[in-house]
Amino acid sequence: MWQYEKKLQYPVKIKTPNAKLAKVIISQLGGPDGELSASLRYLNQRYSMPYGEVKGLLTDIGTEELAHFEMISAILYQLTKDLSIDEIKASGFDTYFVDHTTGIYPIAASGAPLTAAYFQSKGDILTDINEDMAAEQKARTTYDNILRLADDPDVRDPIRFLREREIVHYQRFGEAFRTG
Amino acid sequence: MNEHNILLSKIKKYDFALKELDLYLDTHPNCRRALAMFRKYKELRSQAVDEFTKRFGPLAPEQNNDMQHWSWIDDPWPWERR
Repeated sequence: MWQYEKKLQYPVKIKTPNAKLAKVIISQLGGPDGELSASLRYLNQRYSMPYGEVKGLLTDIGTEELAHFEMISAILYQLTKDLSIDEIKASGFDTYFVDHTTGIYPIAASGAPLTAAYFQSKGDILTDINEDMAAEQKARTTYDNILRLADDPDVRDPIRFLREREIVHYQRFGEAFRTG
Repeated sequence: MNEHNILLSKIKKYDFALKELDLYLDTHPNCRRALAMFRKYKELRSQAVDEFTKRFGPLAPEQNNDMQHWSWIDDPWPWERR
């Protein structure tokens, strides 16, 4: 089971809306290397794992990814709050706005909606942990790309935190691989 | 920062330490140093959460102690900037 706590894992306090930035950061919500596909990957894979170390790690990292999913949602919510219709048109956010207004919906930056095709659950410990290590590196690269595109320090700070978590998860999966 | 945010920030720091130790212990389950640190931060967190919920309301529904009002639903929610 899961329980909710009414707080973010790391603070998100963005003062200036920026729809253009929301359009690219949304990839970490519903994109191929995003937080939701990460969570679903780990929480689905854990059932076929033979060792407690790996069952524990997939459960705990899969749970942490849900907290990251919430942080990305908070970033998107704050970046798109109180936008004027002129800002929506000028930023290119109009293509999202027409379908979702400013509701939070998991898509990639390209507009493709979240799909289970973004991850695998192969039932083999070494195959799955290899995928997980690659997934953490792909997410880290996506955060590097977001940091290349984002100037606002209020946005960069939580994105940097999320990027660092990918590195820690990669290290822990590396240790799990050796137990397998 | 107001007292609400200072105390919440303290809880988040303890939670972060506990999360890091949790993942570390998953792959190093017999590390006594990490086990001792986990116990230390768990106690600090528990004290901070008790103080927070007494003064500012629940972080989880079961921490609601107000018999006049269901404070769980009170703003702000975590994604709202305050």
